[in-house]
Amino acid sequence: MDSISIIAMASIITAGLCMAIGSIGPALGQGRAVHSALSSIAQQPDERNSLTRTLFVGLAMIESIAIYCFVISMILVFANPFWTYIVKKAGG
Amino acid sequence: MEIVAINQISPDQVILFQWGWIVINATLVYTWMVMGLLVVGSILITRGLSPERAMSRWQNLLEVILSNVRSEIGEIAKDGADNYFPFIGTLFLFILFSNILTFIPGYVAPTSALTTTSALAVMVFFAVPIFGITKLGVIEYLKEYFRPNVIFFPFHVMGEFSRTLALAVRLFGNLMSHEKVIAILLAVTPLFFPIVMQALGLLIGLIQAYIFAILAMVYIASASQSHEESEHKGKKHGQEAPEK
Repeated sequence: MDSISIIAMASIITAGLCMAIGSIGPALGQGRAVHSALSSIAQQPDERNSLTRTLFVGLAMIESIAIYCFVISMILVFANPFWTYIVKKAGG
Repeated sequence: MEIVAINQISPDQVILFQWGWIVINATLVYTWMVMGLLVVGSILITRGLSPERAMSRWQNLLEVILSNVRSEIGEIAKDGADNYFPFIGTLFLFILFSNILTFIPGYVAPTSALTTTSALAVMVFFAVPIFGITKLGVIEYLKEYFRPNVIFFPFHVMGEFSRTLALAVRLFGNLMSHEKVIAILLAVTPLFFPIVMQALGLLIGLIQAYIFAILAMVYIASASQSHEESEHKGKKHGQEAPEK
């Protein structure tokens, strides 16, 4: 295999793996956070506003991990620096 | 209408006009459009304000938005929302409008470019010490970095940077991913599902604007209040600044 197809294959497989593995953790974490927030709201409906606000902030924190993975796989697929380098080298 | 092609990761790469070193890309154009819309809209609405109950419906809309933002800030800030209201409110309104205008065909959200979101995050990064120092003074503010112990100084500094990065990448990632998902769905199932995703995009845009504003407010509040609060409660360690 030449280097172009190796880089293409590695980038695509890594992008898929990065998304797949990287979304497991945040999904479990968000599930736990929403679960405990819902049961807290059911216990104390009066505190709904502050609970919801804290829940959103926490979800944003957890979500950022998945977003990092997503950005990395997007870079691998759409704006891969190694790919651009090797294509430029092969072309020029 | 496709402005940003599917293999372009941000509207920065769409160059509409170039003259020497002046490059006008799609991000700049749409940012200025949103800014113009906000400024002209606010001027038009606030021209004929009336203190009576009979008011124009636009004034009513503006009052609803502003009083809600103000009460949200007030719940976090404790010491009155008025100091923080201009900054946080502007952030919220700008991000909100640039996110939810995506239902207009041909519009590309400027917040789906990493440059815009980085600029906003850097603004928050500098606003935190500015608000903190005006509230506490330089010495008290710098003491917060050594708060539980001297060992914690590098972690505080690292937290400042990593949370700025997270703030920028979160907004960019959400908006950009949403655009890409719609573009892919348009190629796969053309008619119905992209519309559903667009409707979901309105919700995502609203929530992301809310989260950005709330996180900025939480960071500022934790920088300008932690010592005061710990003094009142007689504790040694106040609230820690939320990392990341």
